[in-house]
Amino acid sequence: MLAAMSPAVPLQLTRFTATSCLGSGLASSRAALEQQRSGLAPCRFESARLDTYIGEVPGVDDVKLPSRLQRFDCRNNRLALLGLQQDNFEAAVRTSAARWGHRRVGVFLGTSTSGILSTEIAFRRLDPVTGALPGDFHYLGSHNSFSLVDFVRRYLELEGPAGTVCTACSSSAKVFATAQRLIALDLIDAALVGGVDSLCLTTLYGFHSLQLTSAAPCRPFDAARDGLSIGEAAAYALLERVPGSNAEPDSIRLLGVGESSDAYHMSSPHPEGTGARSAMQAALTAAHATPAEIDYINLHGTGTPSNDSAEDRAVTALFGAATPCSSTKGATGHALGAAGALEAVLCALTLQSGLMPGGLNTRQQDPRLKVNYLTANRRAPVRRVLSNSFGFGGANCALLFGRAA
Amino acid sequence: MTPLIASLQGVGVLGPGFDNWACTAAILRHEAAYQALATLLPAPGVLPSAERRRAGRIIKLALAVGAEALAQAGADARTLPTVFSSSGGDGDNCHEICMTLASEDRQISPTRFHNSVHNAASGYWSIAYGCTRPSTSLCAGDASFGAGLLEAMAQLACGAESVMVLAYDADYPQPLRATRAIPDAFAIALLLAPAQSERALAQLQLELVGESPTTLNDPQLEALRLSIPAARGLPLLESLALRRAAVVYLDYLDSTRLAIGVSV
Repeated sequence: MLAAMSPAVPLQLTRFTATSCLGSGLASSRAALEQQRSGLAPCRFESARLDTYIGEVPGVDDVKLPSRLQRFDCRNNRLALLGLQQDNFEAAVRTSAARWGHRRVGVFLGTSTSGILSTEIAFRRLDPVTGALPGDFHYLGSHNSFSLVDFVRRYLELEGPAGTVCTACSSSAKVFATAQRLIALDLIDAALVGGVDSLCLTTLYGFHSLQLTSAAPCRPFDAARDGLSIGEAAAYALLERVPGSNAEPDSIRLLGVGESSDAYHMSSPHPEGTGARSAMQAALTAAHATPAEIDYINLHGTGTPSNDSAEDRAVTALFGAATPCSSTKGATGHALGAAGALEAVLCALTLQSGLMPGGLNTRQQDPRLKVNYLTANRRAPVRRVLSNSFGFGGANCALLFGRAA
Repeated sequence: MTPLIASLQGVGVLGPGFDNWACTAAILRHEAAYQALATLLPAPGVLPSAERRRAGRIIKLALAVGAEALAQAGADARTLPTVFSSSGGDGDNCHEICMTLASEDRQISPTRFHNSVHNAASGYWSIAYGCTRPSTSLCAGDASFGAGLLEAMAQLACGAESVMVLAYDADYPQPLRATRAIPDAFAIALLLAPAQSERALAQLQLELVGESPTTLNDPQLEALRLSIPAARGLPLLESLALRRAAVVYLDYLDSTRLAIGVSV
């Protein structure tokens, strides 16, 4: 039996926001999902010469960091700032800090590559004589994984416990677990959680080297799926306890988090999806929920043959083949370290609107995959949703969200 | 806040001049002289041969200290949730990827790519021991030791039956070394169980405070503490080595410290 590491403290997502290739902020995400519009486009990123599609956020290069924080300037932190400035999210965090105190608001964000793009570019500009990096390169402000949290904390003047979670593609799902524990233990009253991951050559060429990128927009759960499309995103939620009185009747709640490890392979999922299954089971247990109570599952659904096959086995073993599910990666691409938070926010939108987004680009579901995969939008009352995130190294996380009423 | 409490079941240490916990404790008790020799990384015998060939220095470092703490506690790794915390991950691997990406032929090796994830050590650990329990991998820059210890003690306080926390950092090769001057590899592993467990080496109590950090009297050791994020845990090890009840203040974020009450 798994330990009760996901404490049952009812938390609400006081405010949330997402910026991805669908656009900046919730309105553009909502519109894209309703219109079944994908943000994927042929890769023209930086100097990459790869036959693949990507989900690039427009306008990231135009974002200016405040002059006092110039040492943090890199694509990842520009995307982080662009994301904070949507949907009055920044104001909500500042209000929370004023209410609880700056030391009582934690910051836990996921990323996989932080600002490593700056290092990749700096390595092309090494001093021809000494081999030194250029003088304008700031390792701690860009490349280091903590740069993201360091920047966001300083920008918002938060002083509570903080850290970057780096478990590859489950990074920004696991942040919910860390924040939930610290709130349950009364070390903090609120937490800014989320994920920011931005396009870089390491992931574009890296997934290409593993033959995991598709030359077409990714087609999760399709019979002809042949790989993923890399995306980028900044997605955040402000987590606070559900107030004893004056609780908002339609607020979105974090009901449970489940985590597990595959213990199988560094870059391939366990073929039977055993780790994925135990993470989902742990989330259900933490939320005191049964599989039948889950109305929709946002799949990890990367579009690689092995991921979708393993996830299908895990989901059907636990839920059977009836629960509606889909992957939103055909719309957003795989935002890697930001995928967990991005899809958590998309799940929150589903809970609010009852719109279960049909997965894009999937023309014919692989007959070997048995889940009830939606390819068209469906509207129905949705009370509880599950979101899956699985990372390299076998790092699995499932998040369970619900509506208060 | 209510203090977080734990009992310490096992310790592993590896670093320049520190070959294991017994040797480290003798140095910190001034029973043995400190000699700043390069860190000796043992081959990770616990890994299957395919993974062993692919394991770089950072993997060997983390697995070595974890194995020492496990052995000391007589614990079964398969049942242990883990918290890995490191500032930089695998610097050698990162250097090779950046060199390749800056060259005409950008084809990086698949192994280099999957080893580039910050949670590589966690992945290798889970494969080595067949451990399917939850594992997280953190980075908090120079605060990474404190971030890992806080996360592990929070998991215990939320009901985990025991948790292994591993803090580890290794040096980058040039040119990145000039921008992040970590001199050598250093790691600490602590196996924590609920307070008042049997066979405990010490009881630990954690609070967030604003005191100045505890420093080390030996200038060489103090320089080590300041130059490697994982070595920020040395004052805790000193207190354990001396087997004296004490409160040590470990560096965390900005002006916040972790006050660790140690009772033996």
